[in-house]
Amino acid sequence: MNLLQIHEPGQTPLPHAKKSMAVGIDLGTTNSLVAVSENQKPLVLKDTHGRGLVPSAVLYQAGSIHVGELARAALKDHPERVVVSIKRLMGRGQEDVMRVADQLPYELDTSAGGMVRVKVGGRVLTPVEVSGHILEELRGRAERTLNREVRQAVITVPAHFDDGARNATKDSAKLAGLQVLRLVNEPTAAALAYGLDKGAEGTYAVYDLGGGTFDVSVLRLRMGVFQVLATGGHVQLGGDDFDRAVAEHFLGERTRMVGAEKATTADVKRALAVARQAREHLTAHETGSWPLDLGGRLTWHSLDQATLNQLIAPKVEQTIEIARCVLDDARLEPSELSGIVLVGGVTRTPLVRRRVAEFFGREPLTDIDPDEVVALGAALQAEALTRGSEALLLDVTPLSLGLETMGGLVEKVVQRNTPIPVSIAQEFTTYQDGQTAMAIHVVQGERELVGENRSLARFELHGIPPMTAGAARIRVLFSVDADGLLTVSAEETTTGTRQEVAVKPAYGLSESEMAAMLRASIDHAKDDMNERLLREARVDAERLLHAIDGAICADGDLLEDRERKDVQRLIEALHRAMAGRDRGAILDGIDTLNAGTEAFAARRMDRGIQAALQGVAVNALAERLEAPKPHGRGRK
Amino acid sequence: MTPHAAPASERTPAPAACWSCSGAVDKDGLFCVTCGALQPPLPADHFARFGLPAGFGLDVPALERRYFELQRRMHPDRFAARLPKEREYSQQHAANLNDAYQTLRAPVSRAEYLLALRGKPMRGSGQETVDDEEILVHAMEMREQLAEAASPADVEAILKTAAEQAKSVERDIAAAFAAGDLAAAGRGTLRLKYLHKFLDDARERRGRPKL
Repeated sequence: MNLLQIHEPGQTPLPHAKKSMAVGIDLGTTNSLVAVSENQKPLVLKDTHGRGLVPSAVLYQAGSIHVGELARAALKDHPERVVVSIKRLMGRGQEDVMRVADQLPYELDTSAGGMVRVKVGGRVLTPVEVSGHILEELRGRAERTLNREVRQAVITVPAHFDDGARNATKDSAKLAGLQVLRLVNEPTAAALAYGLDKGAEGTYAVYDLGGGTFDVSVLRLRMGVFQVLATGGHVQLGGDDFDRAVAEHFLGERTRMVGAEKATTADVKRALAVARQAREHLTAHETGSWPLDLGGRLTWHSLDQATLNQLIAPKVEQTIEIARCVLDDARLEPSELSGIVLVGGVTRTPLVRRRVAEFFGREPLTDIDPDEVVALGAALQAEALTRGSEALLLDVTPLSLGLETMGGLVEKVVQRNTPIPVSIAQEFTTYQDGQTAMAIHVVQGERELVGENRSLARFELHGIPPMTAGAARIRVLFSVDADGLLTVSAEETTTGTRQEVAVKPAYGLSESEMAAMLRASIDHAKDDMNERLLREARVDAERLLHAIDGAICADGDLLEDRERKDVQRLIEALHRAMAGRDRGAILDGIDTLNAGTEAFAARRMDRGIQAALQGVAVNALAERLEAPKPHGRGRK
Repeated sequence: MTPHAAPASERTPAPAACWSCSGAVDKDGLFCVTCGALQPPLPADHFARFGLPAGFGLDVPALERRYFELQRRMHPDRFAARLPKEREYSQQHAANLNDAYQTLRAPVSRAEYLLALRGKPMRGSGQETVDDEEILVHAMEMREQLAEAASPADVEAILKTAAEQAKSVERDIAAAFAAGDLAAAGRGTLRLKYLHKFLDDARERRGRPKL
C-alpha cells in the first residue's frame, strides 16, 4: 500500500503527479482534520509533529494567511488578527448573530446587511471565506502528504445544521477548490467509523459534543445499512460555552481583585483562550492555576474540578435533555440501545462522561479517538462514493420544513427525522376571490409560529388564474437531496403555472459574490505558488527542528553547555525566519542549523553504534544492521 | 408480483428501451440489461414498489429487508460518480422508496394510504369530524386519567393499557380490510390515530419529569 509517503526534507515533489484522491474532512469549530481511506482503512493525515488536529484558527497578516497552530498561538499576542470558532457563524444572518453578539469573540461588520462579516487584521471577511481558508489548508496538507492532487471531499456538518449553514459549507469548499461529494452529518460519520470497524449490528446512540455544536443521533445498523432513526441537537452548544462560563468566572474574580475594567474584544479572546487551557487541563487533573494578562495587568486564577463542574453543569444537563428528546423521537428507551458512541474532544470532560453514562445506563464506547472518529468516517464515505462500498448510509432531515400560512403559522410539509432524499408535495389554496399571486415563504424548525423558525427563502408564484377563494390548487413540492439541501417548487395545477427555487438563504452568498470570490482566488494562483514554496520551506524547517528537539531530549548530555547555547541560538534564529515570509532566509536557517549540529549528530551516531554492539551476538548483529529502519508512521 | 396482490397495486409495464442505449430493460424496469444504466422510476403504488401484497397485515420485517435491498441499489451514494441523469433518477428512486417505506411502516399511515388506494380516503389531517361518540368519550376519559396520574408508575400503567388497546384496534382494522368493510376500517384508523397521539403525549409526560 502506497498510502503515505514520507519524503526527505527538500525533496517534497509537487503534486499532480498521481491520480487524484478524495478525502474526508471534519471541519470543526475548534479543530479540523483531514483523513483518507484505502481498502476501508481510514487514516488521519498528520503533520511532521504527528499532530492530526489542525486548529480551526486563521491568522490574517498583511500579505499572508496562516491556518492552524501558528494562528492559535498568535491569539495570545495578536488576538485582533485571528479568527476562531468561525463555524458558529456559518449560514447566519445578521439578526441571528446580533442576539448572541456579546458572546462572540469577533468584531462584526454590520454595514453591508445580509450575511455576517467579521473584521479581522484589517480585512472584512464572510464566514464562507474564512472556512474556505481552513479547507484550503487541509487540502494542501492532504496533497503534500499523499503526493496527489486532491479535488474531491466528503465534508461533515453537524446533524443539526440548517439549510443555510449547509449551503455556506458547500460554498466554502468551492472557494477552496474542492468538489463536495457529499455533506455527511457528523454523528452519522462517527457511526460509520465505528460500525465498519467493528462489524456491529444493533441500535446505537452517538453523543457528539464539539467546540460549538451538539448533536445526538440514534442509528440502527443492519445488513450493512446505517439507518438514522432520529437526530437532534443544538447549533450553539459546545465546549465554547464551557469556556465562556469559565472565562466569566475568571473575569468576575478579576473584577473583585483589581476593580472594574473595560474589556475589549481582544481581552475577551485572551480570557477565552486561558479558560480553554484551564478546562482542558482539568480533564486529567484535579486542580490548577492560570495567569490572565489583560491590559498589562496580571492576575492569577485557580480552578478545581468541582468548581468547573458547577460552572458547566447547566450546559451538560441541556445536552442530556436533548438526548432524551431524541430517544423519544426514535421511540426507544435508553436500555434498548446496544451502545453509546462518544464524539468530540469535549466528551473527555469528566462530568460529561459521568452524566452520559448515568443517563444511558452504560459506559460509552471510546475505542476510537473522539477527536478523529468523524474524520475517519468521512474518509470512509469518500472512498465509498468514489470506489463503491458494501455499506450504505440512510440519513434523515434534522429539522422540519414547512410554509408560512395565514396568521403567521407554519404548515409543516416535511417532518423532522424523515429519511432523505425525499420529495413531498402538499396542496394549498387561495384565500381571496380573484387572487392571482401567492407568496411562498419557506421555513425550517419545530415551532408553530413563523417568527420563531428559521426563514430559508421567499418567492412568489404569479399567474394564478382568477378564481373564487379556495378554488385554486397550488401544489408545493419540497425536495431534500442526499446532502440535506432543499429545493422548493410551486405549481398551480389547473393551469400548470410553475416556479422553482433552489433554496438559497437571504444571508447566503449570491451567485455574483461567489463568482467574484472565485475570480479573486484564481488571481491569487501565482501568489499561491509562492505561498506553496514558502510553506514547503517552513515544513522542512519544522521537520528539522522536530528532529533536533528529539535528539536533544534523547542525547542532550552529549552537548556541552556552550554548544547547547549555540544550538539554541540557531534554533531561535530559524524560528524567527519561519515567522517571516522570506523563503531564502528559512532555507539559510536550515543550512546553518544543520551545519551547527553536525558534531552533535556525529557523537550521537557513535553512541548509537556502541549501544547496538553491546551484548549482541555476532550473527544477531548482522541481522540488526540489515534490518530496514522503521519507516515513519501510519503504515498498516 | 405475488399472486394474491390486489389489482390496485399493479405496476405500469416497464418501457421496453433504455433511455441511454435503447437496449432492453430488466424485468423490474430498474436497470438496462445492456449498458447497466439506471432507468427513471415508474409510477407504482407503495406496496408494488417493494413487490409486497397490498394489505394492512403487511409483513413489516419483509418491508424493511426489501427497503434496504432496494436502497442499496438505488441510493444516490451509489451513483456519485455516474452520469447526471442517473444521479437524478437515483434521487427520485430513493425519494420514492423513502416515502413508501415511511408510509407503510407505521400502522396509521399504512391504513390511511390503503383507504385512499381503495377509493375511500379519509379527509385531510386534523379535519376529520368525529361523529363516533364512543371514540370521543374514550379519548377524553384517557386524557383525564393521564392528567390525574400522580406518579411515574401511574403514567406507565396508562401507557401500557393504551398500547394494548392500539394493538387490539390494529387487529380490528386488519379484519375490516380483510372483510372489505372500508367504513369500519376508516373508523378503526381514526381511533388508532387518537390512541397514537395520546401515546405520544403520555410518553412525553413520562420522558420529561419536572426538573
